[in-house]
Amino acid sequence: MAPSAKQSVNSKSTVALFVTCLVDLFRPSVAKAAIELLEASDLVVDVPLQQTCCGQPQYNNGDYESARRIAQQTISLLEPYDVVAVPSGSCAGMLIAHYPKLLTGEWSDRATALAAKVFELTQLLASLSNIRGPTVSMGPIAYHDSCAGLRELGIREEPRELLKQAGVEVRELDQRDVCCGFGGTFCAKMPDISAKMSDDKLESVRRTGAATLIGGDLGCLLALAGRARREGSHLQFFHVAEVLAAKAVGAGIGENEG
Amino acid sequence: MQQRSTDFLSEASRAIQDSEHAHFREALGTFMPTLRDTAVEEFGGDKRFQALRLQFKAVRQHALHHLGHYLAEFAEEARSNGSQVHFARTGAELNQRVLEICAAAKAQRVIKGKSMVTEETALNAALEEAGIAVRETDLGEYIVQTAGETPSHIVGPALHKTEAEIGQQFLDQHRLGTRELNTAPEMVAEARAVLREQFLAADVGIIGANALVAETGYSMLVTNEGNGDLCANIPDTLIVCTTVDRVLPRTTDAMAMLRLLVRSTTGQPITCYTSFYGGPRRSGDTDGPRQVHFILLDNHRSEILASDYVEMLECVRCGACLNHCPVYMSAGGHAYGWVYPGPMGSILTPLLTSLEASSPLPDACTACGRCEAVCPAAIPIPDLLRDLRAEKHQQRITPRRWRWGIALHAWLVQRPRLYRLFTGLGTGFMHRIAKDGVLTRLPLAAGWLSARDLPAPAKETFLNELRRTES
Repeated sequence: MAPSAKQSVNSKSTVALFVTCLVDLFRPSVAKAAIELLEASDLVVDVPLQQTCCGQPQYNNGDYESARRIAQQTISLLEPYDVVAVPSGSCAGMLIAHYPKLLTGEWSDRATALAAKVFELTQLLASLSNIRGPTVSMGPIAYHDSCAGLRELGIREEPRELLKQAGVEVRELDQRDVCCGFGGTFCAKMPDISAKMSDDKLESVRRTGAATLIGGDLGCLLALAGRARREGSHLQFFHVAEVLAAKAVGAGIGENEG
Repeated sequence: MQQRSTDFLSEASRAIQDSEHAHFREALGTFMPTLRDTAVEEFGGDKRFQALRLQFKAVRQHALHHLGHYLAEFAEEARSNGSQVHFARTGAELNQRVLEICAAAKAQRVIKGKSMVTEETALNAALEEAGIAVRETDLGEYIVQTAGETPSHIVGPALHKTEAEIGQQFLDQHRLGTRELNTAPEMVAEARAVLREQFLAADVGIIGANALVAETGYSMLVTNEGNGDLCANIPDTLIVCTTVDRVLPRTTDAMAMLRLLVRSTTGQPITCYTSFYGGPRRSGDTDGPRQVHFILLDNHRSEILASDYVEMLECVRCGACLNHCPVYMSAGGHAYGWVYPGPMGSILTPLLTSLEASSPLPDACTACGRCEAVCPAAIPIPDLLRDLRAEKHQQRITPRRWRWGIALHAWLVQRPRLYRLFTGLGTGFMHRIAKDGVLTRLPLAAGWLSARDLPAPAKETFLNELRRTES
């Protein structure tokens, strides 16, 4: 969607954080980092407690009927807000690009209206003129573009700009527009193919010489970290929000907290 | 060709374990997209590509919406050029018609240009069964045919084979004495010499078509080897086998197609040979076939035309979606188990055969969208694959444990309080049994855990923590 079609965001806007189910269950620090970053830009952040999942598992497995009901629930929950921030290109893409075509009639109109207010987190942060994040001290990182963010939402420069502003050196992957093999339930249905794709991606990360991979989608990061752990790799994995909020310290994704 | 699409997973695993060929495909997966991407860049970039593909899509949509009209026009023009036009409802009908033409011509030897349509109808087997010798003349098809294999790619049939393998194959199969065969040019020269004799001895030539032009009654074919033209012009009888959806209204539309097709395929601005076949030789012509037949196959295209998958008929068979698909490059073309592999094949195979016989294919997609981004026909491939998954779900072809799992998850996410309670218990339990930050064993997670560890969930979910601290 063209940025011009988007809701304008100012300091009086109330932002709903749609944390996404994976962040909720696996990596609460991403949600905490997102709240800090949004509040640092003088936005008022609210986290609707009734949120669950955007319905991608149903949608992508062809259970359109369930996906529609979940979409309606999510739209009803989020449409009262001025702005919705989502720390995931995939889930933001579901709300922005897929809800309107999944639903019909009045619900499709409501989905389209909501889509104009939904932002992937780094796109929202990069669009704010008064972004004030901490300076981050860490070694060079490699950045993984998630496919939905890249191709459905056109996110490419935003996370890199934010990371550079925070003082982080970003190294580019070769084959950076190629999928990491996660693909939602794809990775469980076709594990051997998925593992091969993850191995190719991890090899690409190694070639950058960076010891840390950063991305904007926890799904990709969980799958890549899980594969790296299985193969005995010591690469570290963090979500971009954690880095920007200077929370990418201690245990990375799939690492022991103790 | 015998369909084995239900074995997709095991065939893909086998292909991945064959590390030499897996590495080879990995290199192809890096190299092939650069051909197309560089060509599009030189052509004016993605913006121009977008504009051209939408313009061409409108032409295809128009032609398909008026398919009856343009097919009638094509047939009328072709007949007025002296060609014969036949329609075949099924693959068997097409094969039968070819056999009849061969019988009338008393043909013993047939030479063929590359044609995925005749792969679809298994024409070679039908010809051989009738005692007619058939020789593929596209270099890749020749390699695959003489190796007793099937194409792994719609444009590069032998892309699964290394240069060394092909060299050894030629040394074994061509009785040409002791010789060195180390480089691709040497192999090409040898194949050319061997094939030249077969061209000269053939009674019937069979080729495919990239497009049919209604206003002229001509067919268009692009090749880089010129073998199509030899098949078309040396034997007395030419048979063009293609499908009804290939028809374009005007020659200029075929030109628009060329700009997109060739760049998307090999990255060339144009192929070495772009030929239009206008009918039998006319009085005064010194060469050319004496008889030209067009056989236009339907084989479910009419059904697709009337379905929600109609955009699939706009496919130009460029292979860009294969080249850009990491699933295809990981699994290899043969894993798809039928004629058309990769993303386009994962849609076409269920539509041309049956969803049940190809049930894993619609799932062979991460919805990464790279195919759709490069498709010169702007086909929403991930959406069509998802729609096929919806049909699988409705028809209960999807395994029950998946359908129930998805339904249970849907039930739970529509009950936020229960969801928080249940996920709280689940993550707490998983957090406790995790070791070194990951889980390696867990009920109901066999798919994930077979290839990777599962990073441990949080001790407490974010929403539960928030609720606790806010209250």
